[in-house]
Amino acid sequence: MTMADLLEADHISKYYGNVVALNDVSAHVNAGEVTCILGDNGAGKSSFIKILSGVHQPDEGRLLVDGEEVSFSSPRDARAHGIATVYQDLAMVPLMSIWRNFFLGAEPRKGIGPLGWIDVASAKGIVRKELHAMGIDIRDPDQAVGTLSGGERQSVAISRAVYFGARVLILDEPTSALGVKQAGVVLKYILQARDRGVAVIFITHNPHHAYPVGDRFVILNRGQSLGNFPKREVDRQELVRLMAGGRELAELEHELEAIKAEV
Amino acid sequence: MAETTASRIGPDERLVHVGPLARLLTRPDIGAFLGAIAVFFAFGYFARAVNWLGDPGIAAGWTDQAAQYGIVAVPVALLMIGGEFDLSAGVMIGSSGLLLGYLATHAHMNIWPAMALVLLFGLVIGFVNGITVVRTKLPSFIVTLATFFVLQGVNAAGTLKLTGLTAIENIDSAHGFDSAHRYLASDLTHYAFKVKVLWWIGLTIVGAWLLAKSRFGNWIYSAGGDPTAARNVGVPVARTKIALFMMTSTVAALMGIIEALELRSMQAKEGIGLEFIFIICAVVGGCLLTGGYGSVIGTLFGAAMLGMVQLGIIDAQWDSNWTYTFQGGILFAAVMLNTLVRARAQKAR
Repeated sequence: MTMADLLEADHISKYYGNVVALNDVSAHVNAGEVTCILGDNGAGKSSFIKILSGVHQPDEGRLLVDGEEVSFSSPRDARAHGIATVYQDLAMVPLMSIWRNFFLGAEPRKGIGPLGWIDVASAKGIVRKELHAMGIDIRDPDQAVGTLSGGERQSVAISRAVYFGARVLILDEPTSALGVKQAGVVLKYILQARDRGVAVIFITHNPHHAYPVGDRFVILNRGQSLGNFPKREVDRQELVRLMAGGRELAELEHELEAIKAEV
Repeated sequence: MAETTASRIGPDERLVHVGPLARLLTRPDIGAFLGAIAVFFAFGYFARAVNWLGDPGIAAGWTDQAAQYGIVAVPVALLMIGGEFDLSAGVMIGSSGLLLGYLATHAHMNIWPAMALVLLFGLVIGFVNGITVVRTKLPSFIVTLATFFVLQGVNAAGTLKLTGLTAIENIDSAHGFDSAHRYLASDLTHYAFKVKVLWWIGLTIVGAWLLAKSRFGNWIYSAGGDPTAARNVGVPVARTKIALFMMTSTVAALMGIIEALELRSMQAKEGIGLEFIFIICAVVGGCLLTGGYGSVIGTLFGAAMLGMVQLGIIDAQWDSNWTYTFQGGILFAAVMLNTLVRARAQKAR
């Protein structure tokens, strides 16, 4: 007996005017698993996660949560289904404080109905605790996010998503803007989230970041899926080769060899 | 070399000590607060002949003026923090007062249901402004400028057609006028402090609470700070902005009601020009023109400052035409100060 996948994208296509952004792409993820979506720039990674997170709607294909077909009209809608997303641009407002950003769109409330107010004290406490769990000791939750470093902002964004995204966490290029050490911290956090039973979708163009944490790899190239591989069917070299489009990389190596020979 | 190493492994910027003064200077409303105090004491000197500092009657005068600016400046500030402008907020005072006058004197309605209809009119105009801005994605500056001119024409032509004059008069002949006048337009004490000063302070408290403590306040900041990011995390940005436009027009309608009750008549040109005063109050109060940052408390001090200038120039027996020059000067000084303070504050952190 097979259980339905927690989140499944089934033969998704997306067009912008006459541009085909995605053509017949499928992927799935389960609780306690990391599915990596790999692809070079312009491969359609961003379009794909925008569909998974409710920013865009697919032109063809279906989205299924727990085996039931769903249609997200907005990111809020996706979040109601337990799908939380950390965007490439982090979806944070630089002029707002850390705690306001952390709870933006999901403010903890006290009181009744329209007279309810934000529980500021507990909001700040939660922010301190959650960021501490990620190894970041913030001095002041009232600090504006615009004053944080790139790595710190990333940590706030991810811990926010983990705190709220109980079931599926979508990470859009979380390591691309970071140095080696900070990227390592983020990868560790992805595994922590996985071990807590979260289904993680990790979008990246870096196979060396994807391979150590991924259970399953979907490779996109020019809006097409090159395949959906479980980890046991693919090794790191194979992944790098697939990512670069195989033959193209071989040709490139050949050309480089030729240049070397001339020198 | 040694320095580089030290700064890399030493305590990072999070451990830099931030003194209470630097912390205070990070508040967006500090400039307006200090400015209001400076203006108060400046006229204390220039208008010492009329005992500016000590005479409660003088204070009653400038708080009356400040309340006229400050009441509508509260939602204008929130709207600005939400990233939008409303240039029709001034003319709405005239439209609403005239509508109340028409309902009271020509339709012979009791003043209370007439006031309810006027507030409803405010909600509708605000909704039209908001939905147009959100749907067309045009700058609110242009959309509300159009509303401004449409209403200005309606006010003038409508009043003339109705009365043959440029004003609607005898509003106090309406049923229920006295009770409405008591709550909205009467004097509080024998020094003639207006009851609208309480409305001004009350609305400021409500506005400041909304911004600081409510979830709607969080949405206002984010709608102005980065609407795309806000939408991505699930903030209903469009609804937030529409609500802000509706609040602005409705409070302007309330101001129109207060003026109509106070003056017992309404000029067709009433309110025109005030839209910029409201924006000056908000900017002086620390609101950024680009949205996402500002203060309702600061806006109260901004309104107080402009009210003091308006009356102080008269009390100092200067030519009152200088008022505009002062308003411009205050606006410019406030923008410079806010930019400086904010830059310093972010460095201090």
